[in-house]
Amino acid sequence: MTKLFDNIPEGPLVDKWTKYKADAKLVNPSNRRNIDVIVVGTGLAGASAAASLGEMGFNVKSFCFQDSPRRAHSIAAQGGINAAKNYQNDGDSTYRLFYDTIKGGDYRSREANVYRLAEVSTNIIDQCVAQGVPFAREYGGLLDNRSFGGVQVQRTFYAKGQTGQQLLIGAYQALSRQISKGSVTMHNRHEMMDIVKVDGKARGIIARNLITGEIERHSAHAVVIASGGYGNVFFLSTNAMGSNCTASWKSYKSGALFGNPCYVQIHPTCIPVSGDHQSKLTLMSESLRNDGRIWVPKKKEDAQAIANGEKTALDIPEEDRDYYLERKYPAFGNLVPRDVASRAAKERCDAGFGVSKTGQAVFLDFSDAIKRMGKDVVAARYGNLFQMYEKIAAENPYELPMKIYPAVHYTMGGVWVDYNLQTTVPGLFAAGEANFSDHGANRLGASALMQGLADGYFVLPYTISNYLADDIRTEKISTESAEFEKAEKAVKERLDFFINNKGTKSVDYFHKKLGKIIWENCGMARNKEDLENAIKEVKELREEFWKDLRVPGVQNGLNQELEKAGRVADFIELGELMCYDALDRQESCGGHFREEYQTPEGEAMRNDEDYTYVAAWEYKGENETPELHKEDLTYENIELKQRSYK
Amino acid sequence: MNLTLKVWRQNGAEDKGRIVEYKISDISPDMSFLEMMDVLNGQLIDKGDNPVSFDHDCREGICGSCSMYINGEPHGPENLITTCQLHMRSFKDGDTIYIEPWRAAAFPVIKDLVVDRSAFDAIIQVGGYVSVNTSGNTQDANAIPIPKADADSAFDAATCIGCGACVATCKNSSAMLFTSAKISHLAHLPQGKVEAKERALNMVAKMDELGFGNCTNTGDCEVQCPKGISLDNIALMNREFLGASLKSEK
Amino acid sequence: MSNNAGLFSSSLGRKYLMAITGLFLCSFLLVHLIGNVALYTDPVKFNEYTRFMSSNPLIRVMEIILVVGFLAHIIDAVLLTKANKAAQPVKYAMDKKNSSWYSRNMGLTGSIILAFLVLHLQSFWYQYKFGEVVYVLDSNGESIKDMYTIVITAFQQSWYAGIYVIAMVLLGSHLNHGFQSAFQSVGLRHKKYTPTIKKLGTAFSVLITLGFISFPIYFYFSQL
Repeated sequence: MTKLFDNIPEGPLVDKWTKYKADAKLVNPSNRRNIDVIVVGTGLAGASAAASLGEMGFNVKSFCFQDSPRRAHSIAAQGGINAAKNYQNDGDSTYRLFYDTIKGGDYRSREANVYRLAEVSTNIIDQCVAQGVPFAREYGGLLDNRSFGGVQVQRTFYAKGQTGQQLLIGAYQALSRQISKGSVTMHNRHEMMDIVKVDGKARGIIARNLITGEIERHSAHAVVIASGGYGNVFFLSTNAMGSNCTASWKSYKSGALFGNPCYVQIHPTCIPVSGDHQSKLTLMSESLRNDGRIWVPKKKEDAQAIANGEKTALDIPEEDRDYYLERKYPAFGNLVPRDVASRAAKERCDAGFGVSKTGQAVFLDFSDAIKRMGKDVVAARYGNLFQMYEKIAAENPYELPMKIYPAVHYTMGGVWVDYNLQTTVPGLFAAGEANFSDHGANRLGASALMQGLADGYFVLPYTISNYLADDIRTEKISTESAEFEKAEKAVKERLDFFINNKGTKSVDYFHKKLGKIIWENCGMARNKEDLENAIKEVKELREEFWKDLRVPGVQNGLNQELEKAGRVADFIELGELMCYDALDRQESCGGHFREEYQTPEGEAMRNDEDYTYVAAWEYKGENETPELHKEDLTYENIELKQRSYK
Repeated sequence: MNLTLKVWRQNGAEDKGRIVEYKISDISPDMSFLEMMDVLNGQLIDKGDNPVSFDHDCREGICGSCSMYINGEPHGPENLITTCQLHMRSFKDGDTIYIEPWRAAAFPVIKDLVVDRSAFDAIIQVGGYVSVNTSGNTQDANAIPIPKADADSAFDAATCIGCGACVATCKNSSAMLFTSAKISHLAHLPQGKVEAKERALNMVAKMDELGFGNCTNTGDCEVQCPKGISLDNIALMNREFLGASLKSEK
Repeated sequence: MSNNAGLFSSSLGRKYLMAITGLFLCSFLLVHLIGNVALYTDPVKFNEYTRFMSSNPLIRVMEIILVVGFLAHIIDAVLLTKANKAAQPVKYAMDKKNSSWYSRNMGLTGSIILAFLVLHLQSFWYQYKFGEVVYVLDSNGESIKDMYTIVITAFQQSWYAGIYVIAMVLLGSHLNHGFQSAFQSVGLRHKKYTPTIKKLGTAFSVLITLGFISFPIYFYFSQL
């Protein structure tokens, strides 16, 4: 088995990052301006990385497909951002945040990375406040905290339900400052089409100007991929419509390994699908489960009647309701972790107890809470969420219980990186949701924002400098080389193929079909047979896609169908890889649940003996099975335990 | 539902553009407005026509991408939501719906319903930030207590999503609500006060330079803003700019 | 970058100028209205009042400032309107507004008021200064221009009275937005006081409109 070099510094856990920073090689300020760095993506990780590198004096080129860097999907994060500040004096510490993150990730993440994340978390809050991020405050003028998902301290900083927005605007403003200074050149409405490697190192990208359709060559001494996750493989997810895996996937195809692709987080409280026209799913804050009770009817005929509109929830008497989470998990009840709650809902709906037209919805009922606390208290706590629900679902949740269903939300897997956040391609780095590094098999609430900003503001500036220190004698990278030529030609050929292929089906047709295959076979619960089938089906779908796709319009101009075509082509391939990974991992952990590996009570059963590793997949060529590399995870500071919520 | 859509079609910036009528049927009231547009585009693709280009991304009302002028109003007939949050139940069977792009000299049409809003980025780039490096070695986040009321006002102004509805609905295509929201967000915080004067001068000058119109205090922007950004911010900007101009030595 | 291409050439500077000149003109309207009440006393008093207004040195200075104020308000309005039209060159096929008609039509109401002002100056100020005016005796037995008769004669013509009434209604509309808008433009907005300012603005515009309208209506109907 190939040994992957994680490049974790020697020494005790708590000193690793300090030592790394002390030992890291630097680039002289006068040399920095001669060094180019490309950053793909302008979410929390990308915008903060571009701003920080620009500030240091590197010549940064930043890319986003949206019309402005401010629109990256980090903006949609609601809940908050964790940091071990211990402002509430409830016993929080760097170690505790580290421990909670490892445990929450079901013991499948790297200790050194997670500890560093916990360590810099406090800097993030200081930094953001200095930038003018308007976090919630108490009347005394100091920062407020809330508690979040399954931890015992209050360490989550928030800005109402718009924390992601406020943090992203902060990073966007820092980025804007560098753009005005000329240290960052911004390329809005540009899609990264491929990585260009010269002499084995990442030296640039091919990008498409989405307005003119022009194919552009951009060179750099290093490339950062911060383009987010791949949740849209499922077609329906809480991701933005444009969220895509192309940058990560091209990295993979140019030699970077892809880590743990099967780890997908499914959020239990989303507004269910209302019909075939559905284009995306909307998340409702997890906090609703604090006071809402989840149930389905005990009798199938009641569920049927509700689905057909003959009955409503109010017609079902108390004794005919199955509060299944309270029944199965009396200790945690409705507050079991995300993965457990999601799977339980799926199990009930698959058994025929779903309460909507599609059969895929369960009730989240506030009538007890309203009886107990009064409508006003419920409104004060959840008013804005109730309003949002009513706008989408057209039902008043004060009167009728809400209908909810799990939805794909976040992907823990991503491009494999070492301690430097560098991929297996020298000079190619990955940050934020695009990399696999910090969340193991399951991410804790309010940790995604933390990781994105940690990577961009505080980790990459050191590790990229360390890498580039050896590159100061490298002149500006020419875009006239054979490598750029070749990459550009391949990109153009692919685009020409899409435009000229006289198929009959639209991109969405294939995307929806892919989503269905992956959701049903590589979603909340997986098994060997389904996964093997799914691999077969995805392969067939890929063949059909390349045969029967129709893309209207032209290449040299704004063409949103053409943009989608390229993205979906990559999703199809990634979907297949997800199935390989899920098939390989013969255990259940975090977001990955294999039906064959469960306790007699139906709980996830980890296999630490054989599977305490990161699965890092290597691309072996078209129609070849990818090769698995294993990075063994060693736990020197934490003892592995089984999770239980009974 | 069966609907008649009158959609602005414009094939590129140079094209003159025109309203094109489409009939669309079997629309479910549960669809979002953009899902209805997806259905329309599906039909167009099936017929071999070009689908209607429009900006959209998060589809949950926060990214600020979607930008349609629907039946004479930005983001359609409902208030305090974006186009992606508008649902077809806000319309009746048989309705005719006009769908147009944002109209402003500073927001040129790129194609169909897609406009170029990079002028907003340009306004932020001349001062819509606090000049602090991202070292992480700033002072502790709780070193300066900020009165809750100020923090809340800053937050309210900072919820602007930069969609451009304010400019679109303003008869003068003025960007004052957008610009003032950023000036106000930062002016309410001690961290932002240091550069407040310079910021107001630079951002207003940029806004003028980019060809946005003037504010005549009609208040349309405040009504149409999906985030309910208040005219209070414009008044604050007017104060800041006046003070800054009088003190400025340039 | 250059910050201040001159305060009053910036968009906000022009707003300040509109606001300040507008409020100044409001004060003039109030003084003008109060002075006109002399019409209701007796012809001699009114004529003495007009003589005072046209001869007092302080008033003469104020008159110059007033003309400058008017010109600044008008020129500024023309420049702003031009810029605003250029900012939105293409109109919507379907457009709905949520603002008041009078707030959106300041240019229209202002232009009509300006046209009226020209007529108004021609028929009274010009007549008084350069026209053929009959002399009568004042309370001291000295000869004085009979402005009273000029005014009454004008008001008793139905077309003139009609135009006057329409112009005053439009002036009220202009003021209803302009008064409170001026405060907003210079940044005087406050959760507690702004509603009062708005009410005050409406009260002021109603007072000015009804006050001025009362003269033509009174004299027109009193001749019947």
